[in-house]
Amino acid sequence: MFKKSLIPSLLVVGAAGLGQAQAADLTISCGAVGAELQLCQQGVRAWEEKTGHSVDVVSTPNSSTERLSLYQQILSANSTDIDIMQIDVVWPGLLANHLLDLREVLGDDAGEGHFAAIIENNTIDGRLVAMPWFTDAGVLYYRADLLEQYGHEPPQTWEELTEIAREIQNAEREAGNDRMHGFVFQGRAYEGLTCNALEWVASHGGGTLVDADGEVTIDNPQAAAALDLAASWIGEIAPEGVLNYTEEEARGVFQGGNAVFMRNWPYAWALAQSEDSEVRGKVGVTQLPHAGEGSSAATLGGWNLAVSRYSENAELAAELVAFLAGEEEQKRRAIEGAYNPTLETLYQDDEVLEAVPFFGDLYETFVNAVARPSAPTGDAYGRVSNAFFSATHDVLSGNRSGEQAVSDLDRELARLKRRNW
Amino acid sequence: MSTPVTESAPIPARPLPASYRSTKVRRQRVRAAWYFLAPMLVTLAMVAGWPLLRTFYFSFTDASLSDLGDTLFIGLENYLVYDDGRWFGVLADPVWWRAVWNTVYFSVVSVSLEVVFGVIVALILNAEFKGRTLVRAAVLIPWAIPTIVSAQMWAWMLNDQFGIINHLLMGVGLIDSPIAWTADAAYSMWAVIMVDVWKTTPFVALLVLAALQMLPKDCYEAAEVDGIHPLKVFFRVTLPLITPALMVAVIFRLLDALRVFDVIYVLTSNSTSTMSMSIYARQQLVEFQDVGYGSAASTLLFLVIALATIAYLYLGRKQLQLGGE
Repeated sequence: MFKKSLIPSLLVVGAAGLGQAQAADLTISCGAVGAELQLCQQGVRAWEEKTGHSVDVVSTPNSSTERLSLYQQILSANSTDIDIMQIDVVWPGLLANHLLDLREVLGDDAGEGHFAAIIENNTIDGRLVAMPWFTDAGVLYYRADLLEQYGHEPPQTWEELTEIAREIQNAEREAGNDRMHGFVFQGRAYEGLTCNALEWVASHGGGTLVDADGEVTIDNPQAAAALDLAASWIGEIAPEGVLNYTEEEARGVFQGGNAVFMRNWPYAWALAQSEDSEVRGKVGVTQLPHAGEGSSAATLGGWNLAVSRYSENAELAAELVAFLAGEEEQKRRAIEGAYNPTLETLYQDDEVLEAVPFFGDLYETFVNAVARPSAPTGDAYGRVSNAFFSATHDVLSGNRSGEQAVSDLDRELARLKRRNW
Repeated sequence: MSTPVTESAPIPARPLPASYRSTKVRRQRVRAAWYFLAPMLVTLAMVAGWPLLRTFYFSFTDASLSDLGDTLFIGLENYLVYDDGRWFGVLADPVWWRAVWNTVYFSVVSVSLEVVFGVIVALILNAEFKGRTLVRAAVLIPWAIPTIVSAQMWAWMLNDQFGIINHLLMGVGLIDSPIAWTADAAYSMWAVIMVDVWKTTPFVALLVLAALQMLPKDCYEAAEVDGIHPLKVFFRVTLPLITPALMVAVIFRLLDALRVFDVIYVLTSNSTSTMSMSIYARQQLVEFQDVGYGSAASTLLFLVIALATIAYLYLGRKQLQLGGE
């Protein structure tokens, strides 16, 4: 079904060090969203110089849903092609069977200094299967210059965001920029929409889809109102195409100067402030809005490094993981790419705070980020998330009302629950 | 996941002439034929037969991708099971039926359009004009590009923000704001159909052109002498003569279209509104790691395609009998 020989050829596209005569000692797969791949290659090169080993870097699909599929194929074929994988914060439970316990190789103090919550998240049945690399939480980007020009403060509530976005979008269009949009986010039917929708629902006081005890909580009026509100943006302040946007498409619109607000992960900061960005120096970052009775919520994201159990060089791979997730490398990635460190001490580091001021301002947001219900739903998380983002996509497309969608979702999740968790 | 398609020409049952009766030479020939066929049959059994049987087997188990070794036989539960007052299984899943409908809709519409356009293109290429060879080669380009590449190419061209298609349409004044071709459920299926038609029309045109090149000239000369309208000539002479070639093109395209995966997967937003049967099966198998359930969906997909093939062979035989009368 999945031929082993196919996989390297799938991945070879992004491989650094093509045409090397001898096989590398290790292969690491990094994400390729924004500047991820470049930063990963630089980090790997530093380690190569330090140790004299050679490492191949391969890139993976941008959509996390597709990336998971690829890893699952590689791992279930017990393939030795990839030694180190960059895995999402919601995957340790899904992939634990195939991953190495890093404490076995790196000793019992592996993972010290990292946020305890992430270490706990990555520890499955007492085994540390992945090392935290960077953490993530959804934040709101806004055009500080435009808000000032029209005399607005950054919005506190979703209603304010909607009003400000509409006003500035229409004024800018009249002023001649007819490609201006009020708000862009991730609306494609994939894991990213689960993150977005969870923020809307949680900040309306509608819970987190499934609570810590595994009870389904989505069928409530606040959740329905949250989805209806989001659906009202489509075609009004958000482009119709947002239904097919992932992180990079949204960033493309915002960084091209064509959006007032954007919901995205912190990585977009470094790119929005880069030399060739249209909006350089005009961007502000704040916490996401909330509804009247709720409080702001940011979905916990973030990525970890894991070593495949089938790796032929497991010890060496674990050493590279320790290096990449170490303080020096995390600091460099924070300064150059605005990737949130997972080491608490770096949030008090002056150089880091100078490069990314909001790491200090939004520290509370990052620490209190809302986790997706991957722990209580275990193996069924993929289905749960899929049901959630499909229903949300349906509401955004105007095929169902929020109320209808949450009651359908409640039934579907109850069905899944009976069979899977 | 792929479904093998074996072509077999319908053979009208006729008593064999005397010269075909079993003789020593004849037996030797048959044996030789089997020797020549054997490598192909063995290869097919390995690359098509074995995976197919394995898929059938998995569809009766609760296999999971995270641990393929630990599987239980659960009978027909993946297909349909009554549990706790409700029906479960692929056949009780509205999303599956939605995918079936999407696939059939896509197949019928896109293949019909391809046949119409393919015949038109073939007729044009069949005419004598300067640079015909060049045009023939150029027409084949869409067919030569791998689907995954052309789908990505179209995805950029159809993009709502920077896509050239919106730019052109707005330039001409047909639309006043960009349309999200691949995101909006109302358009995305049509975007997929359009890309598929663009890509595979050359294939149909090529097969039809080959048939056109072999047509007897004398019918046309006679028609010309009698002063019959060219349209009438086309429907009365050309079309019946190229029908066999057209049928081959249609069945090939239909079997391909029923398995559609790549163009939809790359082009659209992954929502249930454009999900095809293959995408459904892959999602269950890979994203949800449910090999048993995904295999059940794959098996059903195989059955649908097998039914289409059988229907085609049956109709082909019927046609032969009608033609023979």
